[in-house]
Amino acid sequence: MLLSNLDKNINAKIIKIDCKDELKQRFYSFGLIQGTQVSIEKISPTKGAIVLLVDDTSVAIRLDEAKYIKVEVI
Amino acid sequence: MKPIKIVIAGQPNVGKSSLINAMTSSRLKVGNFSGVTVEKSEVSFEHHCHILEMIDLPGTYSIHGFSKEEKVARDFLQNEDYDVILNVIDSTHLTRNLLLSLELLNMNKKMVIALNMIDEANAEGMSIDVSQIQAITGIPTIAVSANTKEGIEELLNVVHDIADDEIRLKSKVSYSDIVEEQIYTVSQYFNENNYSYKDLDSREMAIKLLNDDENFYKKIHDKPIFMELQPLLIECHDHIHNYYETKNHIDIQASEHNAIARGIRTETIKYKTPKNKKKLTKKIDDILINKFAGIPIFLFFMWGLFQLTFELGAIPMDYIDSAFQWLGDAVGSSISHDGLKSLIVDGIIAGVGAVMLFLPNIIILYIGIALLETTGYMSRVAFLLDGFFHKFGLHGKSFIPLVTGFGCSVPAYMATRTLKNEKDRLITLFIIGFMSCGAKLPIYVLFAGAFFVPEEAGNVLFYIYISGALLGLVMAKILRVTVFKGEDEPFVMEMPKYRMPTFKLIYMIVTQKAWSYIRKAGTFILAATILIWFASNYPKTENVSLSVQLENSYLGQIGHASESFFAPLGFDWRLSVALETGLAAKEVVVATLGILYNVGEEVTETSDQLLSAIKTQIPFASAVSFIVFVMIYLPCFAASMVFAKEAGGYKYLAYLFVFTTLVAWIMSFIAYHIALLL
Repeated sequence: MLLSNLDKNINAKIIKIDCKDELKQRFYSFGLIQGTQVSIEKISPTKGAIVLLVDDTSVAIRLDEAKYIKVEVI
Repeated sequence: MKPIKIVIAGQPNVGKSSLINAMTSSRLKVGNFSGVTVEKSEVSFEHHCHILEMIDLPGTYSIHGFSKEEKVARDFLQNEDYDVILNVIDSTHLTRNLLLSLELLNMNKKMVIALNMIDEANAEGMSIDVSQIQAITGIPTIAVSANTKEGIEELLNVVHDIADDEIRLKSKVSYSDIVEEQIYTVSQYFNENNYSYKDLDSREMAIKLLNDDENFYKKIHDKPIFMELQPLLIECHDHIHNYYETKNHIDIQASEHNAIARGIRTETIKYKTPKNKKKLTKKIDDILINKFAGIPIFLFFMWGLFQLTFELGAIPMDYIDSAFQWLGDAVGSSISHDGLKSLIVDGIIAGVGAVMLFLPNIIILYIGIALLETTGYMSRVAFLLDGFFHKFGLHGKSFIPLVTGFGCSVPAYMATRTLKNEKDRLITLFIIGFMSCGAKLPIYVLFAGAFFVPEEAGNVLFYIYISGALLGLVMAKILRVTVFKGEDEPFVMEMPKYRMPTFKLIYMIVTQKAWSYIRKAGTFILAATILIWFASNYPKTENVSLSVQLENSYLGQIGHASESFFAPLGFDWRLSVALETGLAAKEVVVATLGILYNVGEEVTETSDQLLSAIKTQIPFASAVSFIVFVMIYLPCFAASMVFAKEAGGYKYLAYLFVFTTLVAWIMSFIAYHIALLL
């Protein structure tokens, strides 16, 4: 499933990231990479952005950007 | 003796500024900070009879990325001459920070790692085996805390020693088996052929080639050795590509580095007690970025900051104003020559006064912004508002400069520095003028009072402000799809832990910004004020009224010359001159109208004489058109100079002039013709 469809506070594992190198590099430098565990912590009031929990770090990304990340619930 | 050059690299929010401050604060400083966001800043000081020069690179998560700071950092690390890289790491986020360290290691320079915030890590119940990190990476690693000053002296000594050392310590990081095999194959080839390049050993050269390092490829490509090396390299690359099932080396490097960083973390960090500090940040976030309360709370903070900036700031402003008035009078009375007196009093002293006048606003606003940034709240603001602003091609953080623009454009332009992406920053800079600043209020009050009954005037004012802001958002969208088109910058950003900023850090940030304003903007604002003073006072016409003098001055001549440009908007030469003096400062517009409509110099927006003069002498449609033009056209000279500096050059000011004038002309033209029909 896509990360953008994941429910809040559910743990999932990244299985694939498929997007342009620019965005990919950005994801990678935050540790958002194949095999990493993530969960959605917060959703913004306008539903434009979400806060992810990755390795004890909170990272905000746009919901549009979350569509490039495939995850599976664990 | 040559100074030792130390480059400080690290991710954002790792406390680089605090660490530099801690290292230098008790020492003799030779230079000082000179910082603009994407620029690097420098500081030098003495340590054991040696000058240490520190270059602070912008904080970046990676040096391979595409953003402007990442390019600045990468170019510096690759091309500049320096002795040591000091990599600052946040101990509490080791894995992510190590990803950058691994990239830095590939630069093959002398390096030292500073594990900052070690006190925080300990408080969170972490115990970090520092010597183990050093053993795995091969890089001297020191645990430090900028807060408690723990390890600072040791860090300086190690950096100093490493810089003095003849040999460079090599990275001991090992990659996955499949990659190590290829590194071995390629480096063996270099060994057999006795090939060497600069101070790189065969392993380092092999890693560079396997990492597709373009610069190194260029160097080796023309050498005879490359003939035999090429098929070998293709084979090695194929092995790796087959293993990873991809040819994208960004993917491969990320997987490799991620595995190493995780490995280091697992081997060096032990939790003594269950973590709990995390929970505090989460608790605060539950309130501050709450679905319902988040935005109201933010608006309240903004309202508070706005009130403080302009209400509290107004108090010293009055004193500064009267101090310069007094100074002007005192100096003026001692000069007998009229022209010289006018130059010094109305030109120079008034000019310096105009620069100093904004200083309280800027200082208060910057204390506010520094607090928002150093506590970690600014990222939350971007998160809350990005959904709305992104629709208009802006970033969530654009909100702060835009709101500030309602008070004064000068601090608003300076507040755009919180936007790290250049396109976002430029678009925001271009539309700040649409948020009508405080100095435009008297003009609006005057015209609304002249043409509307008092009950309606308030609503009219409100509509003026709102329509300006909406127009600004629309213009942002237009700029985004025309001039600043292209891919959006990825939003992906860290929500750092909430931190209590220290007084010292805030003080350092604010004084740095304030000085940079006085030094750079000050000189230009002063020059511009003198220019405007000259244009409105010369050539001198003797024994005539003020209005005739102004009409005959260079400024008046320009007003007459530009009459045909303004005629389709329903302006006569007097309104044209008023607009042009408004380029100096919007406060001058009302005074100019006073002179030109023969009411006298000392008028205010509520003066009845001027009110009735305007009501009887200016047609309604022209008045509407005039208001629209004032709403949109170029901000005052002080603001324009700050704009040019923040945007990165005078060509941007030329663009802004064309852009605002064009939009103002078109909108006024439309407004004029609609008003004629009414």
